[in-house]
Order: sequence, then structure tokens, then C-alpha cells
Amino acid sequence: MTTAIEVNCATGEVTERELTAAEIEQRVVDAAAAATRKAEEDAAAEAKAAAKASAQAKLAALGLSAAEIAAL
Amino acid sequence: MANTFVQIGSTVTVGSGGAATIDFTSIPSTYTDLLVKLSTRTNGTGGNLRFTLAGITSGVYSEKALYGAGSGSAASFSNTSQAFAATVYTDNTNHTASTFASSELYIPNYAGSTNKSFSTDSVVESNAVGVLAVMGAGLMANTSAVSSISIFPISPDNFVQYTTASLYGIKNS
Repeated sequence: MTTAIEVNCATGEVTERELTAAEIEQRVVDAAAAATRKAEEDAAAEAKAAAKASAQAKLAALGLSAAEIAAL
Repeated sequence: MANTFVQIGSTVTVGSGGAATIDFTSIPSTYTDLLVKLSTRTNGTGGNLRFTLAGITSGVYSEKALYGAGSGSAASFSNTSQAFAATVYTDNTNHTASTFASSELYIPNYAGSTNKSFSTDSVVESNAVGVLAVMGAGLMANTSAVSSISIFPISPDNFVQYTTASLYGIKNS
């Protein structure tokens, strides 16, 4: 059971209710969107790390020391 | 300078069944600013929480945040045209068991007729990797008075038991 907790600030009443069908459906849509977004972010981070490693390797091949590469 | 700090409604403590969302509704317009204090943990791996103001779920939220993870350089992110704000972070299953993140959400001039700005800060606790401090700020490009606030994890995550949320009203006179 997935619930929502609501505080009515006018009355002070706190109620816990099950999500409506529309809210559950929206959560499914949100979950899919979040998964897609995370996959895109992970792919971008991976590509950036790979590019950095490639650049460092090329600099090392040019004769730069690890300390010199780190100083850039 | 704020000279009142009054709790509105009561503190929500999530029960053993968890919760998908915490909503404060029918917020009175009698204060100047609003402050939400959160102690949160979720049962998933989503890093941030989401919140919406005044029931607005269209793409009117923009935000920027700075964060540091305990080692390495600080970093930042920004988002525009979102259907929610997402600068509040939370503990989740990646963090030490039974640890909770501490966060605040501040909304100045919430009852006025201008677009609504907000600021947030979060500290994610853990006795391992994953500690995080996040400072955020953003704007809801909508002039509606903030009569409700919804705070929820990234679906399909839920808040776990003992998560708490408290709303305070602040007056400047």
C-alpha cells in the first residue's frame, strides 16, 4: 500500500490515505522519467571520465609527468 | 528581522508503512515566510527529494545548487523548466542504516503576488561514502500564493518510518 500523509494546516488534522489511481499512474511515469534521466547522466559522466583518461594518456605520451598533468 | 517562528499544523512522523508523499495543505496566508524542516530517509536509491508549491506541477521551476561530498572538489548543477524543484537531498539505502538527512526549505513572501523563490539546504548523513552537503536556490515562475507544499521522493521510492516534516510560519513584524 502506498500512502500520502496530509496535514491540513487550517484544522490541524493529519490524515493518511492511499494514493489515487491517477497519483499511482503519475508515479509510474515519474519513475520511468527518472530512470531515463539517471541513465543519461550516468552515460554523460562515463563519457566525461573516458575523455579525461584519454586526454591524460595523450599528455603522458607527450612526455608530461603525472605531477605535471595533475597541475593542469 | 523575523520576530515570530510558529509551527503550523503538527509534525508529520511517517509510520511503519512508509509514505509516498507528505503534503501540507490549507496553509494560512498570515505569515511572511515559510520554513519546512525535514529529517528524511527513503527506501530506494534516489538521491534527491522533489517538492511542488501551491499544487503547481507544470514546468515553471528553475534551480541551482552547490554541493560537496566530503572529498574532491565541490560541484554544482542547475535545472530549468521542471515540473518540480529538486534541490533537497535525502538519505537512502546507499547510506548507513538508520541515518537520516537533515534539510530545510525556506520560502520568503509565500503569500504575495509575485513569482515564488525558495532556498534549501541539506546534509546527507552516512558513516561511509555518500555524505553530502547541498545548498540550493530556485524560483517557481508562478504568482500563486503558496497555500500547499508537497514533498516526495523520486518514484518509486517512499519515505521510511521515522521520517519527519515540520512547517513553520515566520512573521517580520
